[in-house]
Amino acid sequence: MSDVLAITEHRRGELRDVSFELVTAGSDLASQSGGDLHLAVIGGDVDAFAEELALDGVDTIHTVAEGDEFNHDVYVQAVTALYEELDPTYVLMGNTVNGLDYAPAVAEQLDLPLVTDAVGLENEGALTVTREMYASKVESTVEVDAGTAAVTIRPGEWDVTEAAGEPAVEAFDVEIDDSRVRSRVTGFEEVGSGDVDIADADVLVSVGRGIEEEENIELVQELADALDATLSSSRPIVDNGWLPKDRQVGQSGKVVTPKVYLAIGISGAVQHVAGMKGAENIIAINTDPDAPIFDIADYGIVGDLFDVVPELIEQFE
Amino acid sequence: MKVLVTVKEVAEVEEDFELDGLHVAEQFLEYDLNEWDEYAVEEAVQLAEEDDDVEVVSVTIGPERSEETIRMALAKGVDRAIRVWDDALEDVDLLDVGAKTRLLSAVVEAEEPDFVLTGVQANDDSFGATGVSLASAIDFEWAAVVNDLELEGDVANVRRELEGGVEELTEVDLPAVLSIQTGINEPRYASLRGIRQAQSKEIKPMSLSDLGLDASAVESDLELTDMYEPETESDAVYFEGDAGEQAAELATVLREKGVGAQ
Ligand SMILES: Cc1cc2nc3c(=O)[nH]c(=O)nc-3n(C[C@H](O)[C@H](O)[C@H](O)COP(=O)(O)OP(=O)(O)OC[C@H]3O[C@@H](n4cnc5c(N)ncnc54)[C@H](O)[C@@H]3O)c2cc1C
Repeated sequence: MSDVLAITEHRRGELRDVSFELVTAGSDLASQSGGDLHLAVIGGDVDAFAEELALDGVDTIHTVAEGDEFNHDVYVQAVTALYEELDPTYVLMGNTVNGLDYAPAVAEQLDLPLVTDAVGLENEGALTVTREMYASKVESTVEVDAGTAAVTIRPGEWDVTEAAGEPAVEAFDVEIDDSRVRSRVTGFEEVGSGDVDIADADVLVSVGRGIEEEENIELVQELADALDATLSSSRPIVDNGWLPKDRQVGQSGKVVTPKVYLAIGISGAVQHVAGMKGAENIIAINTDPDAPIFDIADYGIVGDLFDVVPELIEQFE
Repeated sequence: MKVLVTVKEVAEVEEDFELDGLHVAEQFLEYDLNEWDEYAVEEAVQLAEEDDDVEVVSVTIGPERSEETIRMALAKGVDRAIRVWDDALEDVDLLDVGAKTRLLSAVVEAEEPDFVLTGVQANDDSFGATGVSLASAIDFEWAAVVNDLELEGDVANVRRELEGGVEELTEVDLPAVLSIQTGINEPRYASLRGIRQAQSKEIKPMSLSDLGLDASAVESDLELTDMYEPETESDAVYFEGDAGEQAAELATVLREKGVGAQ
């Protein structure tokens, strides 16, 4: 029997989707061995969150009323205390930006082996975790030989659980050691929009690292003009300062759902796809037939953008 | 002040490649400095440029081959480098976060830095966990996914890049480990002078015993059991032919969708 402790996430008053995905992953894992799924909700309006998380497959929700927003020092103390109380076999967390900020410390302090960014979990005797490597070109499986482990799951890989359930809700008191809270969140800021909002566009021409040089941006701008479309990009283009930050599509940029998304020289990394998988028609132009972007594309051209894009511009002149 | 910056040599696989057991066959791998670490190196070098008292030391876990990558960091302004390697590491299929943490903790103990910078993740195995795990082990404070950094006395004022274009403003007590996100700065190209100077900078090899460790430090409870090319999930319609034909077919589809049609 393997009990699972899954740690939910919220931000600015709302539970994040990954919390509901953790319920799915956690209840699958727990039920494979007849164990229980414990959820933890730390900080914010924990009672309201617990009501929302009263879902199928959850056995007990532990609420820790400490602070309003995420603070990794508080999370680490709360999760390690819960672990010691409940003695679960597995601790599941989200592979989110905040997950990256506390999960490794939880694993280190509890001396648990850590597997991050899981895309699959299987519990047949030993826990086997599927993860991607080399920019999603290779998949690997990792077996956990210790009895226990800490695992973070990739957001968006598991369905959210919506069906209601009747878990017990228990308040959990942790004595937070303030001398070990050595970071303070002082605020949030939203990256503003300039004169264009790519989230409003019907047609996006989106450019990635395949464009190679700043001066080549002109070529895709020309295509965007010919198609009456808006120009957006993957992260490296913005990191290089070739386009402003508000043009970035993806996890840390904007989420877009245009009618047509034309991905040019973009590999389709998970953090990019998080921002555009909801587009109605995805078209990819890429020299690499195995680029992950083709997995979600509706139309594909395996080819060199420097050959295809000029031809495409000509078609619309 | 001494800044320790972790630098990883990462492998990229070529477009066409083959697997050899639990590895990508060596001839299909190209090695380079990890993208995220380039930004961490630049951030450390900028701190040294602002203040003469700052020494920047890089640490790499890697075989002799990785010295080429380490020289790149030295050419960009890192003062000296440490390279951790040992026969015991040759046969390790998966150097997990715990093992890396034990090795790097021992380096921190030997070097006593005031500040550690890492990349958010390495783009080969993408665990994204070493920096925060190390911080916990050496009892430093930390922040992950930092895209702005300002030092002010005993505090680092950072911005953490969250999802959806939201940034979190956080004060972090020093000493600390920060994991650096791409885009925080503009990594420089190494100058010719820098490349020349790098040749005479020290790369100190350290074995497990040099670090006061034994082979148990790199043992892991995780075992790599399989590696394969994922099956493509693509059900895309592909346009074939030369670039002109491909473009013409795509244009037809785009027009059907109402694109560019006036
Ligand atoms: C915490 C975090 C947050 C992130 N947030 C984001 C985000 O919001 N948005 C984002 O995009 N990324 C984000 N990333 C980065 C992401 O992991 C990838 O590094 C990035 O998306 C890669 O961009 P790319 O596809 O343009 O470049 P690459 O992955 O380098 O791909 C370039 C592609 O161009 C193709 N190509 C090369 N030459 C040609 C040619 N001549 N013709 C056609 N094709 C060509 C190549 O085959 C390749 O597929 C984030 C990463 C982290 C860790």
